[in-house]
Amino acid sequence: MFINFFYELKQAKVPVTLREYLTLMEAMQKHVAMFSVDEFYYLARSALVKDERNLDKFDRVFATHFKGLDFLSDVESKEIPEEWLRSIGERFLTDEEKELIESLGGFEKLMERLKKQLEEQKKKHQGGNKAIGTGGTSPFGADGYNPEGVRMGQKQGRHGKAVKVWDKREYKNLDDSVELGTRNIKVALRRLRRFAREGAADQLDLGGTIRETARNGYLDIQMRPERRNKIKVLIFFDIGGSMDAHIKTCEELFSAARTEFKHMEYFYFHNCLYEHLWKDNRRRQTEKMPTWDVLHKFGSDYKVIFVGDATMSPYEITYPGGSVEHWNEEAGEVWYQRVQDVYESVVWLNPVAKKHWEYTPSIQLVEQLFSNRMYPLTLGGLDDAMRELNR
Amino acid sequence: MKFEGTSSYIATDDLMVAVNACITLERPLLVKGEPGTGKTVLAHEVAAALGKPMIEWHIKSTTKAQQGLYEYDAVTRLRDSQLGDERVKDIRNYIEKGKLWQAFTQDSPVLLIDEIDKADIEFPNDLLQELDRMEFFVYETGETIRATNRPVVIITSNNEKELPDAFLRRCFFHYIKFPEKDTMEEIIQVHYPDIKRELVGEAMNVFYEIREVPGLKKKPSTSELLDWLKLLMAEDVSPETLRERDPNKLIPPLHGALLKNEQDVHLFERLAFLARRERT
Repeated sequence: MFINFFYELKQAKVPVTLREYLTLMEAMQKHVAMFSVDEFYYLARSALVKDERNLDKFDRVFATHFKGLDFLSDVESKEIPEEWLRSIGERFLTDEEKELIESLGGFEKLMERLKKQLEEQKKKHQGGNKAIGTGGTSPFGADGYNPEGVRMGQKQGRHGKAVKVWDKREYKNLDDSVELGTRNIKVALRRLRRFAREGAADQLDLGGTIRETARNGYLDIQMRPERRNKIKVLIFFDIGGSMDAHIKTCEELFSAARTEFKHMEYFYFHNCLYEHLWKDNRRRQTEKMPTWDVLHKFGSDYKVIFVGDATMSPYEITYPGGSVEHWNEEAGEVWYQRVQDVYESVVWLNPVAKKHWEYTPSIQLVEQLFSNRMYPLTLGGLDDAMRELNR
Repeated sequence: MKFEGTSSYIATDDLMVAVNACITLERPLLVKGEPGTGKTVLAHEVAAALGKPMIEWHIKSTTKAQQGLYEYDAVTRLRDSQLGDERVKDIRNYIEKGKLWQAFTQDSPVLLIDEIDKADIEFPNDLLQELDRMEFFVYETGETIRATNRPVVIITSNNEKELPDAFLRRCFFHYIKFPEKDTMEEIIQVHYPDIKRELVGEAMNVFYEIREVPGLKKKPSTSELLDWLKLLMAEDVSPETLRERDPNKLIPPLHGALLKNEQDVHLFERLAFLARRERT
């Protein structure tokens, strides 16, 4: 019945499945939505969309697929006043189109045909229908490419309701890349959890005690170690320069990660990773730590996250001596490679919006160096990054 | 059996369709939305409107799916066996029914599973089969509990965790968006029918102004507006007081009900101050 609609949703990346479509069909069969487009829209939305992030996409697909439908259900119940048809036609037709119409028999004739067709349709289908609707070569409907076409029910609402519900697209601002708050970040970071019992057995294992007691016939107390998140995380922050614009997001990420991971270590670098890192920005010149030491100190089971905009001159990455601050013996890319040689799970989080990446060569370069494991610092991006780390 | 809102709950059209679909098809309804938009209240109202009993299951971070089905109290049984109690012979004495069991055996009640996202990530997956087929197996006694009349299941979530796809596929979904001014006025009318119209109008202006202040940590929601109105009525604040734009009184009276955060109050004061200065 609505197979095309279903596939259009799929194409628009709304995650719909056959099961949900069948649910919708079942609901239609049981008359949950009774012959009203609005109700059908609500029903379809509630059956097919399961995440508010996808509501906007759904609205858009619905709008294009069922264009003009809403208008029709009102028209056919009434006599169509000729004036009114004319006014619609005149409002949407350009002068050239009007001329064309004249050549094809004039406006009157066209309107007569429209009236007749509307009546015919009323006989053929009961309740809502969309024969006058989308696409097609009929001169009537929103997408028709007949120059005589009359645009219907698109902008013009009914009964003073300015726009149809799905044309309002109220859910626009809920689309994925929302602003990050510490709480949201924590939730995203929580993906990266792997609980394990390690260390000293210092907790009473009640279930085990009962099991053993029942088996042995005397009280046999069982102990076990506490359950802890054993994920270890190493974060490298790019600091200063172009990163100043993103300081708030980074602070939020930092504080969220601080509370979420028990084993978390962080280091700062400027623009590009070279032979030195530091932990305190005020004393960065005096208390430097060789990068080699860091790579040796933290085992390969650490998950590594780079946070930086990767925006710099490409020379800073590819050439020895490219650094803007000092003479570096080895190029930045050598260091990036070394990090990836030691650690299996490495991602790069970039606070720059993804759509701007392609305009900055150094971002593309770094993305390549990290074999595409660069993610935007948004909730969606963070989610993907954590999933990558968890693999 | 149709839900059309109640005298104390304003349901928008889309919400009604979603609730009715969930009742007719006997599938769970998942409700999300900003805090304070009436997700939990919805279940109560559906139960009241349909005249059905209500069973609430509040989820905590430590809740396990098994607890919703039943729990086997082994410790009591162990103690009883040491004391030679007669009850020990029948294992059924030590099985405590969970909320789902209760819901399955009653005459199609409304079951609210509140804040499902609080539980462990695996929690919804563990309930898939139980909610889908509305039956489960009790290993201790070897019996299968099957719902004779399927309950109406309403699940709320605050979006702290993403729910698994397999779980979502089996539910209807509704996102309660923040009510528009018209709906909001109706809601207030339902809660405080004798409130002065003028006062409501002025209070709503102030309320939506506050909601539009950029950078608020916690935007006030419906439940907070209702609390605030209650206070305004109790204090007998006149509409004029709300309307007056005295630069000395920058923030609305009794703002404590609306702004729950120290930083927000400061921010609001600062912005209000700037706005007023520009105006004069």
